[in-house]
Amino acid sequence: MQWEIVIGLEVHTQLSTSSKIFSGASTAFGAEPNTQACAVDLALPGVLPVLNRGAVERAIKFGLAVGAHIAPRSVFSRKNYFYPDLPKGYQISQFDLPIVGQGSLTIQVPTANAGQTYKKVVRLTRAHLEEDAGKSLHEDFHGMTGIDLNRAGTPLLEIVSEPDMRSAAEAVAYAKMLHTLVRWIGICDGNMQEGSFRCDANVSVRRPGAELGTRREIKNLNSFRFLQQAIEYEAQWQIDTLENGGTIQQATVLFNSDIGETRAMRSKEDAHDYRYFPDPDLLPLAIDNEWIEQVRGTLPELPLSKQARYVADLGLSVYDADTLTSSREMADFFEATLNEVPKEAKLCANWLMGDVSASLNREDRDITQCPISPGQLGGMLKRIADGTISNAAAKEVFKILWSDGGNPDTIIETKGLKQMSDVGAMEAMVDEIIAANPAQVAEYRSGKEKVFGFFVGLAMKASKGKANPAQMNEILKRKLAG
Amino acid sequence: MSLSINDVYKVARLARLGMTEQEAQTAHTQLLNIFSLIAEMQAVDTNGIAPMSHAQDISQRLREDVVTEHNQRELFQAAAPQIKKGLYLVPQVIE
Repeated sequence: MQWEIVIGLEVHTQLSTSSKIFSGASTAFGAEPNTQACAVDLALPGVLPVLNRGAVERAIKFGLAVGAHIAPRSVFSRKNYFYPDLPKGYQISQFDLPIVGQGSLTIQVPTANAGQTYKKVVRLTRAHLEEDAGKSLHEDFHGMTGIDLNRAGTPLLEIVSEPDMRSAAEAVAYAKMLHTLVRWIGICDGNMQEGSFRCDANVSVRRPGAELGTRREIKNLNSFRFLQQAIEYEAQWQIDTLENGGTIQQATVLFNSDIGETRAMRSKEDAHDYRYFPDPDLLPLAIDNEWIEQVRGTLPELPLSKQARYVADLGLSVYDADTLTSSREMADFFEATLNEVPKEAKLCANWLMGDVSASLNREDRDITQCPISPGQLGGMLKRIADGTISNAAAKEVFKILWSDGGNPDTIIETKGLKQMSDVGAMEAMVDEIIAANPAQVAEYRSGKEKVFGFFVGLAMKASKGKANPAQMNEILKRKLAG
Repeated sequence: MSLSINDVYKVARLARLGMTEQEAQTAHTQLLNIFSLIAEMQAVDTNGIAPMSHAQDISQRLREDVVTEHNQRELFQAAAPQIKKGLYLVPQVIE
């Protein structure tokens, strides 16, 4: 019998503000412990929170990017629990009146066939503003726990999806799209190692068409690979448990990436009794239309719109369009390159996704650190497009551009990489080759067409790789036919 | 709504409050009084009135996103019972 996996994600994105959500302390990552924890973050008596406009603006930006309703009035609530990295004894969050309402995100999910994807729309339930907690360090303090409150009060936007995903692949595609989007619109740096983008996955299984099963929540997944592994392990564990006659208890689980298993946290029966209530220290947050429209004016063209345009107007495949919009920097690079050779979208895409990406990967760089500018790349592609250089020669030019820089036309000139298009000269070469290899010519003419490659090799060698391959092939075929 | 003495103990535990039986009894009586006041208010017809989340019907002011606090770790940690390497030390908590 079949099982259906049901997944919903809660993603915590750290908003890229300079200061904290309710205080004027810095949010810079990596500072000495507790040097960026001010009186408000430490919950010293008498302090009051004051909301950061930058955090609200980023939340509005996100809401607009996912087509969600922005609440004209939203409310901050206290979520009460005791933990040493939460000095107030409560986290300021939003509960029944969040800033961002229902929206949606369109994702491309890869299939088992390389380069093939299918489209899916994932509904977003809500997104709300809240403050991050500090960090607990459990090692090395003789039975004590060390507390660093630099992170306490860092603004978070928690983005909650509906349980719309049906496989680990869909969950990963959703998380990646969200990751792309928050960086695209500039509200989060997306640095997963530093915890700027953290996923919790709610996983349950059911018979197709049946009611939702009991879910278990996997906490704090900070890489796409762990997200995939954790969901796959958890879903299989639930299926095995149910098939062996067991039942699933609602629980919070942790993923141990060393052994690839999920394990329930020991938690007290009242661990989730958060006793939310509106924070009396904070008045309702009002957002008027004027502000929303002003933020809308700062939104860049979104990935989905770019993807659609690349497919419809430029004739690229969905896969290419998806890859080229994996980050705003990539899309900008592509468009700037295309600007140099406006009719060669596919050529630009192939080089960006091929040689450029491969070279970047090899040197562990991203597109913003590419040593070749779009102008240089486009200049070189222009010479492929107009037949000045062959693809093989272009690879040569590319290598030089990568290591030494320079102007593509100058490189082509000084290295003598121009393609030979002089038909007379090429015919003379072919005549010579045919005269020098009578045995192979006879073989070819008796029907062994494989020998053709042998002649192509000789011809390219004779032209020092500069012959226009299409032209040379044509001449070879004609002359060999006799 | 009625509140049992066990509810009082539960809330006290959630709030990390230690209570003697006498204190719990007193709190029970006080809370019951509060609940009866709530019951009285709930009898009022509030149809068509939007609930308020704050006693004052105004919205909050916002601050600009600017760093205004500088490092005062030494001052703050002077009041901490135990510190090490800039960290506050607390009894171990591992779940």
